[in-house]
Amino acid sequence: MIEINPLVIFFASIFTNNMILSNFLGMCSFIAVSSEIKTSLSLGQAVTFVLATTSVLNYLVYHLILVPLGLEYLRFIVFIIVIAAFVQLVEMIIERYFESLYYSLGIFLPLITVNCAILGVSLFMIIRDYDLIQSFAFGVGSGLGWTLAIVAMAGIRKKIMGAKIPKGLEGAGITLIITGIMALAFLGFSGIVQIQ
Amino acid sequence: MKEVMRVVKAGIYKDNPVFRQILGICSSLAVTNLLTNSFVMGVGLMFVTAFSSFTVSLIRVFTPKHIRMMVQTLIISAYVIMLDIFLKAYFPSMSKALGPYVGLIITNCIIMGRAEAFAQNNKPFISFIDGLMMGVGYTIVLMAVAFVRELLGFGSLFGIQILGDGWVNWTLMIMPPGAFFMIGIVIWASSRLFPKEDQEKGGAKV
Repeated sequence: MIEINPLVIFFASIFTNNMILSNFLGMCSFIAVSSEIKTSLSLGQAVTFVLATTSVLNYLVYHLILVPLGLEYLRFIVFIIVIAAFVQLVEMIIERYFESLYYSLGIFLPLITVNCAILGVSLFMIIRDYDLIQSFAFGVGSGLGWTLAIVAMAGIRKKIMGAKIPKGLEGAGITLIITGIMALAFLGFSGIVQIQ
Repeated sequence: MKEVMRVVKAGIYKDNPVFRQILGICSSLAVTNLLTNSFVMGVGLMFVTAFSSFTVSLIRVFTPKHIRMMVQTLIISAYVIMLDIFLKAYFPSMSKALGPYVGLIITNCIIMGRAEAFAQNNKPFISFIDGLMMGVGYTIVLMAVAFVRELLGFGSLFGIQILGDGWVNWTLMIMPPGAFFMIGIVIWASSRLFPKEDQEKGGAKV
């Protein structure tokens, strides 16, 4: 285990090692959903929640089941199944007990299973050899960082709605260029904390 | 034969997964700072897309409709695991350099997208070609981005120094923002080079 303070990991994964801006994870839903602040905030919440729980779940599954059995190479399949099963479970629970939450969050949950950021966090945490608390901090931090980026992007996209954009760049093109500029801005944080 | 040609064209430019469908950029922009890395990533993706499309198509008659997503995911994961073990065994340094991004091929939307949109309704052979060609189209874009990034960022191509000592490396190019700018420019350029024939296919962005 590497000794890094979980708090350092938490802040690093929000600002300096942001999932979207430095690891390119979760781009698909980032581009597709970032057109409205309210929806992107809901999606961000859902992603943060799922990230926080699946990082812990996958940590436990990996270290308590896969490692003792020597089945580490199966981790891709197992992680995907854990994530998909968990998302399904959460969807059923909130549909049954928290109806209002279901209408604001529910539709995004199936989208999350295929969000690269979720699987990415689980894989990164194994490669970097985090312990349980570090993994949890990493999961929550990554989720918040992702939310921050998508909400900021939704705000910017709203502002440029009336702007004159070259025809070929409309939609995804301009979003990627803005993301580039945003990533550039986030590089300014890189002196504060650093992991890896 | 005609159908094969149509699929080949679709994969390489007409429906190119990256600049036309905006799919699968999530897991792979990170490897485009070196040509060698993106080449390996591209070939790996070609392998996984081709064979998972083939398998999905082979068992499409037996797969119950409502659990097909799960079945597809499992098929894709199986091929990705093969790829991962292969890279670890024969190219350990490459496997280290690509890190978690090999595993992230599973969530690459291209593969799932092709399985769902093409392999589910077509014969195995043509699905295989379709998957392969989508992989080729993807690799071409990846290599184009990596070409510019490595040349400007390191002054080299495939690790061989091209630009002389007088060249000052553009550090920006090898950092994440460089990738975003480059892919944006590729999308822009491609929309000028291959203008859309039928506007708004819709539903392509996932």
